[in-house]
Amino acid sequence: MNVGIYVIPFVLFAIILTALIKRLPVFELFLSGARQGISAIFKMAPSIIALVCAVTMLRSSGLLDAIIGLISPILEPIGFPPELFPLSVLRPISGSGALAVLNDIYKSFGADSFIGRAASVMMGSTETTFYAIAVYYGSVGISKTRHTVPCALAADFTGMVMAVLSTRLMGG
Amino acid sequence: MMNYIWAGIILLSVIYSFLTGGCAAITNAVMDGAKNALALIAATAGMMCFWSGIMKIAHEGGITEMAARVFAPIFRRLFPDYAQDKDVCSAVSMNISANLLGLGNAATPLGLEAMRLMSRRLNSDSASNSMVMFVILNTASIQLVPTTVAVLRSESGSSDPMGIIVNVWLCSAAALAVGITLAKLFESR
Repeated sequence: MNVGIYVIPFVLFAIILTALIKRLPVFELFLSGARQGISAIFKMAPSIIALVCAVTMLRSSGLLDAIIGLISPILEPIGFPPELFPLSVLRPISGSGALAVLNDIYKSFGADSFIGRAASVMMGSTETTFYAIAVYYGSVGISKTRHTVPCALAADFTGMVMAVLSTRLMGG
Repeated sequence: MMNYIWAGIILLSVIYSFLTGGCAAITNAVMDGAKNALALIAATAGMMCFWSGIMKIAHEGGITEMAARVFAPIFRRLFPDYAQDKDVCSAVSMNISANLLGLGNAATPLGLEAMRLMSRRLNSDSASNSMVMFVILNTASIQLVPTTVAVLRSESGSSDPMGIIVNVWLCSAAALAVGITLAKLFESR
């Protein structure tokens, strides 16, 4: 069962047809959306450059492998690939950082390897938790966030463990 | 926090490579890294723009309102304090629907509006149960099509970039279920 190949064509067809039926200026709307997209990428570019450089240094200095080697006695027995540890730590903190690590994982192991697929699922099913918490509460001046952080991190943790489990079981 | 993480990564990498005699590797890494970063941006930029454009059409075509109507009954149950408040309900469901469709640009302003509306009834600097629930829904990734990951996979030579989509749905749903359940359990505290 390969749902993936049907999603994009179906979504494209449905969206454009609906908009045409409603007589919307589809081309102009597309241009204005794409313009927002490119400005979002421009805004993200400096932090991506900063973090990709840092992660490349971490990888080629050998320190990344040293850290992975150091924690693998703890993670390996429970079935969590130690190679995914850096991504799982950085994911809730920094979106650009996680993207840099994901890119590094694809380069080192391949996108279709087990590590690559589990990392993809991990990236797709979790969010930059701390950033969202800071933006939303910051906007209304709330400083006591009560049970937000533990609940959100427990959700992220579930997503990460499930990413490894589901990739292992379904080969996805 | 990012100040320390970023500086820490670079400083520790330099120290480690100095101790293990791999300084040449660091010099190359700086140049490679900068090149890789631009390659990464270039690889994803086109598809991100295209997708933003398509999603703008979807948004204007009423897809967000449609999704919001579908989810309204669920949201009334998740936010009992605001079940009667039409403004809050609509801002919340629009935000979640925009997230679901991957409309990051549209989701954030809608979410901030929802927070502002919810904070009107609040006279303290402590978050209400509904606010916590709302932020947790936003920290769980509930995206139907994981575009960025798929684009990056295809650029990295994947033979099936979208092959991860069912797993992503499963894992997001599991994470969301845990987040919501825990939030409900903690509410009375």
